Amino acid sequence: MKRGTLKSRFAPLALLAGLLLALPGAPLRAAELDAEQQARYQTLINELRCLVCQNQTIADSNAPLAADLRQQVETQIRAGRSDAEIKRYLTDRYGDFVLYRPPFKAKTWLLWGGPFVVLLIALAVALRFVRARRAAPAATAVDAAALRQVLADEAGDDARRPPENRS
Amino acid sequence: MIPELGHFALVAALLVALLQVALPALGVWRRDRRLMAVASSAAQTQFLLILFAYLCLTWAFVTRDWSVAYVAANSHSELPLAYRVSAVWGAHEGSMLLWVLMLSGWAAAVSVFNRRLPPDLAATTLAVLGAVGVGFLLFILLTSNPFERSFPVPADGRDLNPLLQDPGLVIHPPMLYMGYVGFSVAFAFALAALISGRLDAAWARWTRPWTTTAWLFLTCGITLGSWWAYNELGWGGWWFWDPVENASFMPWLVGTALIHSLAVTEKRGQLKAWTVLLAILAFALSLLGTFLVRSGVLVSVHAFATDPARGVFILTFLAIVLGIAFTLYAWRAPRFVSVADFALFSREGLLLLNNVFLVVAAFAVLLGTLYPLLAEALNLGKVSVGPPYFNAVFLPLTAPLAVLVGLAAAVGWKRAKPAEVWKRVRVPAALAVVAGLALPWALGHRTLLAAIAGGMLAIWVLLTAAQEIGRRVLAKRDRVQGLLQVPRAVWGMTLAHAGLGIWVLGVSFVSLYSVEKDVRLGPGQAAELSGYAFRFDGVEGRAGPNYDADHGRVEVSHGGRVLAELEPEKRRYRASGQVMTESAVDHNALRDLYVALGEPIDKARADGDWALRLYYKPMMRLVWWGGFIMALGGLIAASDRRYRLAQARETAAVRAEALA
Amino acid sequence: MRLRYLVPALVLIGLVVLFAIGLRHDPREVPSPLIGKPAPAFSLAVLGAPQQTYTLADLQGRPVLVNFFASWCAACRVEHPFLMQLAAQGVEIVGVDYKDTDADGADWLARHGNPYRTVIADPQGAMGLDWGVYGAPETFVLDTAGTIVYKQIGPLSEAVWRERVAPLLQGAKP
Repeated sequence: MKRGTLKSRFAPLALLAGLLLALPGAPLRAAELDAEQQARYQTLINELRCLVCQNQTIADSNAPLAADLRQQVETQIRAGRSDAEIKRYLTDRYGDFVLYRPPFKAKTWLLWGGPFVVLLIALAVALRFVRARRAAPAATAVDAAALRQVLADEAGDDARRPPENRS
Repeated sequence: MIPELGHFALVAALLVALLQVALPALGVWRRDRRLMAVASSAAQTQFLLILFAYLCLTWAFVTRDWSVAYVAANSHSELPLAYRVSAVWGAHEGSMLLWVLMLSGWAAAVSVFNRRLPPDLAATTLAVLGAVGVGFLLFILLTSNPFERSFPVPADGRDLNPLLQDPGLVIHPPMLYMGYVGFSVAFAFALAALISGRLDAAWARWTRPWTTTAWLFLTCGITLGSWWAYNELGWGGWWFWDPVENASFMPWLVGTALIHSLAVTEKRGQLKAWTVLLAILAFALSLLGTFLVRSGVLVSVHAFATDPARGVFILTFLAIVLGIAFTLYAWRAPRFVSVADFALFSREGLLLLNNVFLVVAAFAVLLGTLYPLLAEALNLGKVSVGPPYFNAVFLPLTAPLAVLVGLAAAVGWKRAKPAEVWKRVRVPAALAVVAGLALPWALGHRTLLAAIAGGMLAIWVLLTAAQEIGRRVLAKRDRVQGLLQVPRAVWGMTLAHAGLGIWVLGVSFVSLYSVEKDVRLGPGQAAELSGYAFRFDGVEGRAGPNYDADHGRVEVSHGGRVLAELEPEKRRYRASGQVMTESAVDHNALRDLYVALGEPIDKARADGDWALRLYYKPMMRLVWWGGFIMALGGLIAASDRRYRLAQARETAAVRAEALA
Repeated sequence: MRLRYLVPALVLIGLVVLFAIGLRHDPREVPSPLIGKPAPAFSLAVLGAPQQTYTLADLQGRPVLVNFFASWCAACRVEHPFLMQLAAQGVEIVGVDYKDTDADGADWLARHGNPYRTVIADPQGAMGLDWGVYGAPETFVLDTAGTIVYKQIGPLSEAVWRERVAPLLQGAKP
């Protein structure tokens, strides 16, 4: 129910966003930004999220709010603000939600560090698995019994495997 | 009447699917061959019933039956016939119907091709597929019935989303679903192995072609999706790391890992428990993707119209199916565990590393996709995770893969001597270094470290792939004979790896050297981009079958020589009033020149200045060629005679054993 | 059964719980970082009286609702009768006509009634930007000190008022 009312609340904007899904209307007044500022502008608008859209950067969206935010970015670049200051300006108003590049802080360390921690764990497990081969003779009696069982199973498999496919 | 028949056929299909689960299961339990045999005919009947339902819905679209709510919502009297047929899968309900059609199609295929499988394995596999079918049929019938009538009957339809009125999108979803759904076969085989407790080389060989086939469809689907987004969305991007894209990419990564671990399981009888886990995971991620796309828990550009009731249903279904699968795994997998009988520096060892990187990459995509959800659940506030994150994390996780691809081919099974391997790879390695250094310079780009690294990896992968074939040819005295004797499986692998190399080259260059520019041009004015001149020749009105277009003309020239006349369009679809940008692209192997038409600066004057977006994208095509070549490799590998012959032989052996 | 084979099942349980929670949230709703902070400054003309400016200082000293609305906003129509009811109860509401023309805004109020003590015209959405507004309607609740204590995204309703807003205001009232 809540969803329904929200949808209708955004109807005009969502409709516009859907309508113009395609291309920013207002072109960049390129002449007013030098090459270095241009590059910064492009990078920034491609990393900032349009709040009213489905999942788009303010560069890709044609929602009026996205146009306003692009305008803001351009104005602030021209006023000599740094990228960090411009991002601050937006997060002060809309929160970290506008940043497609989540800042590295306590609440995102899991996000940024997670894949690499998991990679290290996975590599360690894989290495231990391969190393276990050498440690195998030292296995306990129970393990050895299990091992014999497994090996017996595998011998059975091998018997079923035609030799010419062992290439 | 026809829609009701379709609805009825779906209900009948549900009943048949229930039989497909219950009777074979009973048969396996009681060792009753006749009950087991029901599985095949049930699978085929279910497929025919769903096909009939699907055709009924198509008929409703073709005949413009607006009394069917789904048809009225997704078609229009002016919609061309081809799009009326493809509109069947243009929204949630119909695309779910396509999904179950494919699911039952895969099951029917299993029942036909695997007639010689041991009967209990065949019966269990089909029963599992039947159970998955039951879930999805219930989902359609209870929450997403495409045959629902609406009263009063509207005078005309609301039209198909214009984004979907594009040839790329006509074939993209079926391909993608074939891939998603295809992993259900590997899943069913994995569960059958867990249930029966038998997992041998023969099992791996039966599973391999099915997995490869699903994978090649998924590869095609993702590639087509990327190509469509590039042409149709008008943003000039080809991959957005949108949740929906990630939903298709995660099963692809895990499916790729599965293909490689299946090779180890088949040839060396190792990594069995791991292979089973990957087979479950690939399908688990397909189900997860379905949930993410259709439940509305995440915000996506491509999301379907969502309904929380559907989300709850899929979540429950997912929890049941995967809960059973993972519990079975926890219970039975330990018996498949063996001690490694290979060194790390061996083909098995490197394939294991390949699996580690692929699965961790899939995990990174999953984490990034779900993190906004996690942060909200933990009350950490709203965060967005977008392309900058994925690019930063994904690259270091996948670059080692490119190194491994070339190395693994040069390393023998079980264990290898580094000195011998080095002798094999030193030439391609040296050539890759030289070519990597030379490429940016030869193509007239700035020298960037990342481009050099990308080029090196790409050339390394390509050369080592070629070397694999070369070695086999040179090993034979008669070279022609040698070439002809290269098995299809090896050709397939080589092509898939070459595709990867081409893809890496394309991705590196297009990401690093693309140039984009938003310009304002009046008729006759020109803008310059990367040495190409784009002259805007104005806009004229044109009427399409169901839209009116502003048809622009842009002449592209280089050093005074005219290269192309590009005709970007801005279409306004009459029924919905939606506006779409049709970009225009001039392309060759080395670069794309892309023009998209924006808005007139003065809305009232179409003959005045216009906003245009221009792109120069080097090697854009290689990204898609790479994808299609990978898929082609999969096709060739899956068609290897070995699978069919070996299967016949093995079944005979198993039968003989059973009789003895 | 060794424990590590249970890992996939445990991960699954975690994910299902996460999704179950996720299904109850609306992913489009973005909470404001301004809650608990002083309302941002502004200085804009009053609707229909361009020479008269209205500033942040005019909002301070008593609890007040600041409601962003517009004539183009369909959901504002839904919310409107409830605002009229609140105004009748003596709740002070200041309206901000967000990204709208003065004529359209005034016309809309004339047609549906005016629940606002004052209406500020924000045709460019400049105040909206500073206040972190990303659609209409949005309603900010300010306490006596001019601190934002609550933000409602989407229409205010009887239920929201009773459960979320009224308790906050009870504390703030003298």
